[in-house]
Amino acid sequence: MIIAVASGKGGTGKTTIAVNMAFCLPPPVMLLDCDVEEPNCAIFLKPVIRKAESCSLPAPVIDQAACNACGECSRICQYNAIVVLKQSALAFPELCHGCGGCSKICPTGAITEGERVIGVIEFGASRIMEFVQGRLDVGQPLSPPLIRAVKRHIAPEGVTIIDCPPGTSCPVITAVRGSDFVVLVTEPTPFGLHDLKLAVETMRTLGLHFGVVINRADVGDANAAQYCHYEQIPVLLELRDDRRVAVAYSKGQLVVEAVPELRPAFERLCRKIPDLWHLREANVAVGENGAAEHRRAWPI
Amino acid sequence: MKIIVTSQGGSLESPVDPRFGRAAWFLIYDSETGQHQVIENTQSVDAPQGAGIKAAETVSRLGAEVVITGHCGPKAFHTLRAAGIRVVLAAEGTIASALDEFKAGRLKPSQSPDVEGHW
Repeated sequence: MIIAVASGKGGTGKTTIAVNMAFCLPPPVMLLDCDVEEPNCAIFLKPVIRKAESCSLPAPVIDQAACNACGECSRICQYNAIVVLKQSALAFPELCHGCGGCSKICPTGAITEGERVIGVIEFGASRIMEFVQGRLDVGQPLSPPLIRAVKRHIAPEGVTIIDCPPGTSCPVITAVRGSDFVVLVTEPTPFGLHDLKLAVETMRTLGLHFGVVINRADVGDANAAQYCHYEQIPVLLELRDDRRVAVAYSKGQLVVEAVPELRPAFERLCRKIPDLWHLREANVAVGENGAAEHRRAWPI
Repeated sequence: MKIIVTSQGGSLESPVDPRFGRAAWFLIYDSETGQHQVIENTQSVDAPQGAGIKAAETVSRLGAEVVITGHCGPKAFHTLRAAGIRVVLAAEGTIASALDEFKAGRLKPSQSPDVEGHW
């Protein structure tokens, strides 16, 4: 089973929810940090990294002697990563998405595919948990290929948790695609709600099953909870604002270990997800108190 | 010699477009005949990325030897120079006055880009 933890807004608590859930699930559990621009699950998991491999994309290499400046490569490139001037082609590898079209269409064979490293994939373990993270090189604009490379290591058995990047664009879609369930983490503020709506729209467009965690639920307003109720989206957990959680976070500690009283809340969250999955056919969702509540329709 | 000026409109009295890559129009002026023609820069204006690079390719194909514009980022500048095109920056006012300034030698080719990409 693959559970993605996402949000519209950044800083709502995705990583906190992801790492603490990972320690409340029955093993085998795997955690993939797909927030490759700023992967920080490792701060909480403190894994031992045993292997690292670089992730690269194909990029055009031009043999100027063989180029006849016909312009075919420039016409096929949708990203303006290669242009043809008077006598030669000029490539901008940093704009290249690695489709390979230019090398295939070149009639004189002047373009071959080289490699451009965009980041690294690291493999390790945190206690009994398998851990994989992607780290995008600074200055690289293209994260989806690295996210896809990390996701190739999803374990065939047990539960894999994917910590996603914030937002609703290509990196998020790449990270959540193929998940069995998406946990959307929000905060009860106008900003949190605004971006939650975008995230919900994204998940519905992708046809993914999802529920919401409202973090710091007792500060701000009630609009996020009301929105979920109105939209028939299950609220899986409302985590209260708690100074002890903030202190644990600031020290890179797991909430479930630094504040053991909160462990049952995370365990409840974990239990709800498979429940929702099984109950889907019956159009039944599970409320925050654990009781099955009949809803008009599954929120897809 | 063909001189291309980035333009906000389709005539010599139109204001210079300060953007190069996403300029609305290109005005192509022939200094030998004094004639000009204009084309819309639709290809680059709608480009998801690399607008300056594509625009540089376009003006190269149009046979420009000089480009007069407001600002130019590093990728576009590099591409224009690779095509052997001189780049004149900081042009203002109408296309006609910018051409006059260039012909009078008060606007000179730049040796480097003057803005970051995506300014």
